Amino acid sequence: MSRRTPRDLVGGAPQETFTFRFDGRDIPAAAGQTVAAALWGAGVLAWRTTRHGGEPRGAFCGIGQCFDCLVTVDGTPNRRACLVPARPGGLVTSQEGTGHDDLAV
Amino acid sequence: MTTSPSDPAARADLAVVGAGPAGLAAAVTAAALGLTVTLLDAGARPGGQYYRHPDPALGATRPQALHHDWAAFAGREAELRAYERSGRVRYLSERQVWSVTGSGTDWTLHSRTDEGAGAPVRARAVLLATGAYERQLPFPGWTLPGVVGAGGAQAMLKSGLVLPGRRVVVAGSGPLLLAVAASLAAAGARVPAVVEAGGYGPYARHTGTLLRNPAKLAEGALYGGALLRHQVRPLLRHAVVEAHGTDRVEAVTVARLDRDWRPVPGTARRIPCDALAVGHGLVPELSLATALGCATRTAADGTVALVLTPGLRTSVPGVWAAGETGGVGGARLALAEGEIAAHTIAGRAVPAALARRRARLRAFADAMGAAHRPGEGWTGWLREETAVCRCEEVPAGRVREAVEELGATDARTVKLLTRAGMGWCQGRMCGPAVAALAGGGPAPDRRPLACPVRLGQLAELPAD
Repeated sequence: MSRRTPRDLVGGAPQETFTFRFDGRDIPAAAGQTVAAALWGAGVLAWRTTRHGGEPRGAFCGIGQCFDCLVTVDGTPNRRACLVPARPGGLVTSQEGTGHDDLAV
Repeated sequence: MTTSPSDPAARADLAVVGAGPAGLAAAVTAAALGLTVTLLDAGARPGGQYYRHPDPALGATRPQALHHDWAAFAGREAELRAYERSGRVRYLSERQVWSVTGSGTDWTLHSRTDEGAGAPVRARAVLLATGAYERQLPFPGWTLPGVVGAGGAQAMLKSGLVLPGRRVVVAGSGPLLLAVAASLAAAGARVPAVVEAGGYGPYARHTGTLLRNPAKLAEGALYGGALLRHQVRPLLRHAVVEAHGTDRVEAVTVARLDRDWRPVPGTARRIPCDALAVGHGLVPELSLATALGCATRTAADGTVALVLTPGLRTSVPGVWAAGETGGVGGARLALAEGEIAAHTIAGRAVPAALARRRARLRAFADAMGAAHRPGEGWTGWLREETAVCRCEEVPAGRVREAVEELGATDARTVKLLTRAGMGWCQGRMCGPAVAALAGGGPAPDRRPLACPVRLGQLAELPAD
């Protein structure tokens, strides 16, 4: 198996690396990555459970069309992780159902 | 046609929606022909999905390593920046257009940013270059984490420099799979197989078209060589009919297909993997166009595309379209069409060489679309409990019940009876599958808003 990484392939190095908090663990990220990209980079493929079946979901279409990657970022639910930039010290939490369970709807 | 391009309230000669190959080529060509242009794009950087590339902060010194024909983009991006500096082009990134209103030579484009409303953009002509998204056909296990769109994997790799796994099966149909497999392998993933449900055999019926497109053949040979080098096994006329795993995908079952895409009994075998990148070609993104009433047709690949004149006018006066909106055909065709549209919008004759290039590439796209068009038998790999609509979690059994017992004959009726297609993505993921199960063939999607919009933004619209 190749040891090559995507970063090797395109050369260069990120200007800034940092971590954000995801469900109680630190996820390494680079400036310019989305939340979904950083999670994939850390081997995390799922960060949401569905409203009816409670099934795990993560990024699917990767371009903001499918809404499978919805996540709660800094307290705001239903953000598309494939579009939201990762921020240093950000707080990302897995989202259950609608993300509005506190409203009891 | 003179406007003050520096005044955002002024009416531009042309508003272009989408800064992918078609929109970008159109914007710089129109500017070169003397028009003032406003270019709106949902992305942070120009290039669209095809020329999607990392944020500068990621420090990539060789972004072209993940691209084919990068020079075609880089040259036009430099032109865009020059026209931006001179004020001929106003380029608005991270602005998603959700509605276009007006008629004739007076159009208003309503858009949103991540924060809220973008100021309305006014223009005398509109060019829709909104591209496409991936066509998905469901199968048991396709909602498991680790099963991702083939284009999705490519997009995440190109922009975020990440992979969905270390051992990635690539499956579905269409030549995009070859590019995705080559990229994933070059970036360090092991790709045990590329599983193509269609075939490359049907291309042989179009020898003349193939010979007139040597660049396309060379591109195919390039990917073929890369796959050989990375020991990627091609499986033609095969499909992934199930993904296995509990928390994430651990293996897939691959089966041979007959001519109609029915799995052949006794041919199933398992391939271990930790990710599956899957897609069955692309679907033109027509939300803005169909909301405007633009006429549509069924393209060779079975998707719905816009009806366009040779000058790329839609059926609505004052509205043009280019690239995948007129039928999926790839970046080179999109670049040519963007330039053609710019000429006709500027009232100029289309250079003959440009028109010939478009005709040649369109013929290739039609041959390609026919070779990879899904056969009717694919629904045979669905089980009753297989989710068809990912957002509303509607299983195939409920869709079939709507069709067989409740009498639905089209996707819209299935939606009303089952909620399939009524969720967040508004049928973008399940639409082709629901239409196939309903037996009514593909119909143009009708979405009054092209993307989610806050109620407050709608309330601010003028009453007319």
